[in-house]
Amino acid sequence: MNPAIRVAGVTKRFRSLQALAGVDLEVAQGEFFGLLGPNGAGKTTLISCLAGLARPDSGTLEVMGRDVVRDYRAARMALGVVPQELVFDPFFSVREMLRIQSGYFGIRNNDDWIDEILHNLDLTGKAGANMRMLSGGMKRRALVAQALVHRPPVIVLDEPTAGVDVELRHGLWQFIRKLNQDGHTIVLTTHYLEEAESLCGRIAMLKAGRVVALDTTANLLQRFATHTLKLRLAAPVSLPPPFSARILSQEGAELLLGFDHYDDVGHLLAGLRAAGGEITDMALGKPDMEQVFVGIMNQN
Amino acid sequence: MEGFKTLLYKECLRFWKVGFQTVLSPVLTAVLYLLIFGHVLEDHVQPYPGVSYTAFLVPGLVMMTVLQNAFANSSSSLIQSKITGNIVFVLLPPISYREFYAAYVIASVLRGVACGVGVLLVSLPFAALSLAEPGWVMAFTLIGGAFLGSLGVIAGIWADKFDQLAAFQNFLIMPLTMLSGVFYSIHSLPAFWQGVSHFNPFFFMIDGFRYGFFGVSDVSPWVSIGVVSVCFVVLAVITLQMLARGYKLRA
Repeated sequence: MNPAIRVAGVTKRFRSLQALAGVDLEVAQGEFFGLLGPNGAGKTTLISCLAGLARPDSGTLEVMGRDVVRDYRAARMALGVVPQELVFDPFFSVREMLRIQSGYFGIRNNDDWIDEILHNLDLTGKAGANMRMLSGGMKRRALVAQALVHRPPVIVLDEPTAGVDVELRHGLWQFIRKLNQDGHTIVLTTHYLEEAESLCGRIAMLKAGRVVALDTTANLLQRFATHTLKLRLAAPVSLPPPFSARILSQEGAELLLGFDHYDDVGHLLAGLRAAGGEITDMALGKPDMEQVFVGIMNQN
Repeated sequence: MEGFKTLLYKECLRFWKVGFQTVLSPVLTAVLYLLIFGHVLEDHVQPYPGVSYTAFLVPGLVMMTVLQNAFANSSSSLIQSKITGNIVFVLLPPISYREFYAAYVIASVLRGVACGVGVLLVSLPFAALSLAEPGWVMAFTLIGGAFLGSLGVIAGIWADKFDQLAAFQNFLIMPLTMLSGVFYSIHSLPAFWQGVSHFNPFFFMIDGFRYGFFGVSDVSPWVSIGVVSVCFVVLAVITLQMLARGYKLRA
């Protein structure tokens, strides 16, 4: 079975900026895949190359086994892209826009599917409204609807929840999860790391146009994140070994310690007391994607 | 093919939805030219024997309207889509660059024709017009409209802001159309300017189009259609090359 997405040796330069510096990546069919990285890491350029909006300088990209340059029609039929920018055509209503988008993909009489998408995205009441009249969150959902009109097996969402309120975000993720359960491959870029952690089975991290980490979410958390103990002390103290090895950060009287098992907490607190530390506040934290992200970005 | 048809339909729907601006306004402008110039010059100028100045003016204004609006359609649609970012909706689907080109150019021709027919209908009460050779009228309308539609695609893709497009329109399209013999026969010009006019492809479009009405023109319609066709083919090749390379559309 072909992978949903195959990226091999892709480079792309914009004048002096090396946006992609040799990216290799495979996403299996049915995956919920995260593409993370700081601004300028090359996420959107990679998506643009995949969607035919940009042309790679070298390397190949395939969607469902179809080369995005040589066999661009089949590749684009298999791909739905929700762009990062909140763009819309001010001349048309939501339904007109979805009918037009269906036609671009060679589909006529698509109203049954359009109605279903509108219903799932809670846009049924806005089908006749001009795109200009929609709120930001509704425009975002209309963009998702546009990407789905041709029922693509692979859906790429480029920061789909930027600027979307919590309720809408949850509704959107519920729908995207359902699409994934129905067999669609989902590729997500987001700056909300907790979203990536809870949704994505595998994650790739990009930095300066290179893949610097690629693994399952569980493995990344296990390898790069620990439980944390955040302490505020009455006065700064100097922790002796072996406890000093647990320090993740220390700023004055604020101390962040890492540990693997909850049993370790007692030892850490005992060590702290022995060193003369007086605790005024304390909080426990679970391993999270933010630690993974920061750790990997600092390593590279 | 469905993608091409939908893009063509969308481009037509786009201008039709703002018909006051895209069709009725150019018709009104052309009719104002007709009323003012016709009133002032009717008794003073007779470009061709047996043809009144107002009658002479009508085909020129019709063709000028066709050309200017064909250019305006593709250029304004593309620059709006680029600036608002919704051009991605056309670039993401499996539409080839040839289909893209054909849809934008045909929509431009259709808008030009809609405006031109509007000017013609409104002008009929003011001038006795014959239609000596309708085939030439059709040919010059289609090729001239396609030439300007193509030029509009180039301008819309090249321009990064509305100001640049306005410069293209006001400093190139407008002078070339106004100085192409819409308001006069080039035989009324000094020899030097007659010669200069022969380097303006818009002159051949207007002159050939006018021949279709009166059976009289400044140069043979065969020469005109030859010049206009060669210009169109050259421009079409350049535009298709730009689109094939993804110039300013696909990074």
